[in-house]
Amino acid sequence: MNPLAAARITTPGVDWLSIAPVAILGLTAVVIVLARSLIRKRPAAYPVAMAITVLGLGLAALALLAQWRRFRVDGPYQSLSGMVAVDGFAAFIGLVVVFATAMAVLLASRYLIRERLDGPEYLTLMLLSSAGMVAMASANDLITVFVALEIVSIPLYVLAAFDRRRNASLEAGLKYFLLGAFASAVFLYGVALTYGATGSTNLTLIARFLADNTLLDGGALLVGLALMLVGLGFKVAAAPFQMWTPDVYEGAPTPVTAFMASATKAAAFAALLRLLYTGLGSSSADWRPIIWGLAVLSLLVGSIGAVVQTDVKRMLAYSSINHAGFILIGVEAASDRGLASSLTYLAIYAFLALGSFAVVGLVTGRGDADSALSRFRGLTQRRPALAYAFVLLLLAQAGVPLTAGFVAKFRVFAAAVAGESYLLALIGMLTAAIAAFVYLRIVLTMFLPVEEGEAAPPAPVRADPGTTIVIAVACALTVIVGVAPAALVHVAERATLLFRG
Amino acid sequence: MFVTILFVVFALIALGCAIGVVISRNPVHSALWLVGTLLAIAGFFVLQKAYLLSAVQVIVYASAIVVLFLFVIMLLGVDREESLGDPLRIQRPLAIGLGLIGFVLLVGIMGNRWATGAETATGPLRGEAGGNVEHVARALFTTYLWPFELTSALLVVGVVGGVALARRSNADEEEAA
Amino acid sequence: MTPTATWYLVVAALLFSIGGVGMLVRRNVIVMFMCVELMLNAVNLSFVAFSTQLDDVGGQVSVFFVLVVAAAEVAIGLALIVAVFRRRRSGATADDIAELRG
Repeated sequence: MNPLAAARITTPGVDWLSIAPVAILGLTAVVIVLARSLIRKRPAAYPVAMAITVLGLGLAALALLAQWRRFRVDGPYQSLSGMVAVDGFAAFIGLVVVFATAMAVLLASRYLIRERLDGPEYLTLMLLSSAGMVAMASANDLITVFVALEIVSIPLYVLAAFDRRRNASLEAGLKYFLLGAFASAVFLYGVALTYGATGSTNLTLIARFLADNTLLDGGALLVGLALMLVGLGFKVAAAPFQMWTPDVYEGAPTPVTAFMASATKAAAFAALLRLLYTGLGSSSADWRPIIWGLAVLSLLVGSIGAVVQTDVKRMLAYSSINHAGFILIGVEAASDRGLASSLTYLAIYAFLALGSFAVVGLVTGRGDADSALSRFRGLTQRRPALAYAFVLLLLAQAGVPLTAGFVAKFRVFAAAVAGESYLLALIGMLTAAIAAFVYLRIVLTMFLPVEEGEAAPPAPVRADPGTTIVIAVACALTVIVGVAPAALVHVAERATLLFRG
Repeated sequence: MFVTILFVVFALIALGCAIGVVISRNPVHSALWLVGTLLAIAGFFVLQKAYLLSAVQVIVYASAIVVLFLFVIMLLGVDREESLGDPLRIQRPLAIGLGLIGFVLLVGIMGNRWATGAETATGPLRGEAGGNVEHVARALFTTYLWPFELTSALLVVGVVGGVALARRSNADEEEAA
Repeated sequence: MTPTATWYLVVAALLFSIGGVGMLVRRNVIVMFMCVELMLNAVNLSFVAFSTQLDDVGGQVSVFFVLVVAAAEVAIGLALIVAVFRRRRSGATADDIAELRG
């Protein structure tokens, strides 16, 4: 036999639509690097990079919508040897990620100039991270999940440390990096053990293997599952793997924090949901108790931890741990209803977090100087519009009726009750009450007038158009989804159905 | 028998050097111990007939990555001895306890049955024409094409991120001017 | 008596535990990062052992991805460490970055 003929490799046919969103985001990032190197004048590079970014995000969103249209007709399918799953779930999370990235870019638009940071590099890293997130949402193989996870995380380490003149930012980046690398290694060991137990890293093949065989000795799979949950638990900031969250959220530049809280959470939960529902759906009896424990711990740590904080950024960090607990309640239900409720919650939390951190970014002022609670004192008098927008967003995070937050929490509790996890639902409601106390504390501080003879806290910086748009969009969505949740809930349920095939 | 002796030798080197990494006071020594472990792992790969991987392990890991580590240690001048007397006294027994529990769990729960999976799900490793390189390449460019393409994004991240972190920022230049 | 896959997996589990313990015990950031590399190598060893045992090429290919990711992680991680500790000359231990403690 001709040795060359034997060595010929037939590469698989490529379904371009299935990878278009990731490819567009990645190419946009490369184009920015090119533009940056071609444009001589430094100040001119930034607006050009911004324009390219907006264009790329728009095209990626269009590609995701095209995917959605296509499988509404053809049903979900897989491409590239089963590595990419094209379904409603992937498109839904992809759209949440692209939306959150666009908002985070708007937040950063003025911030980067104000803080004199390298704009094009910032945008490049953000786009690459978001490309990784979209890839993660559609990844149907544990190795692809791992590579995508790193494409998400590594730019975030750099972005967290992006303001190199501030020690807090650098140290946030280093801390996030060390714990993130540790978490990746743990996740990867879980992947290796799962591979040994089932013979494949492909989630569909794993599911098929588990359906056809009964493992006499399921220890390797169980330990593998636990290690993968530890790794992903770090990324979604679920307790007891949350210790990096307050420090990193506080130290990182505020637009990066907003991006991490909204987009990263959505993408990491996407990987978690697909792993549990597709790959290990048949062994839900094994993972439901683990998720139950993670949910309870996250709910408690998030709400109680927030009470003792005096810094608003840290409070919001703990509240994001608390929200991770609520999303885990939906995961624990192990039903289509639970999946849909988690998706709804992720979408709603994305814009609540973006809006809240946008307000915090304005109040903390130049150089992310100080986000202590005392700076918010008397904000309703000094900056009424900003203050009332924040009140709305905080009430929504607390889950007050007629806001989006209520819809999110209600769907999650409904799924838990339908899945007969009454105790979990009860703990959830309890911690929602504790967390509400924290949000009310911030609200009350804003209404508290500055007393005479007391130095007024420094004024917030003037709102720039980008931040104003983000806050306005977040508030508008909070009210619209709160009053008329049917559309979003319907889309999330459609996404679940398309996921099931 | 010969393979068994080699296995024991590599295992002793790998674990001994790994302990050396953890307990050396001087980071340079840690890096050198790390090389020992990495080379022993490459030896394990040869024993299991993963020839391509063992070559890559030596070239990428044992040389490129460790050299980078040493470079940074020297650049920062942090090759001073570090006292292992920890300020957080509780931390060390805790860590060792956790490590022991983790290991006992890993070995205990799994007993003797580790590899229970379906055989040859991706593609065969033995018994077909072509060497190890060809088998790996075939899988890499067919089944694993998508993650392979994704790694290109990872490399762009590495370059851009490294530049963003290492270069003097705009503000630094303004301050200097 | 020839070594079976289980032998390799036990060595890998030990190596992973040593790396994990080192990560928790050491305060020097660079050494902590080396411990992560130890853990990744333990994973690689497991992948190859499973791959041999199952006669499947997937495990060996996975090691490639781990290598690429490790290389990218090292590049960024060491750049971060340099960026942090160039600003201060005190030495690279985790105590020096204790300003942020949760």
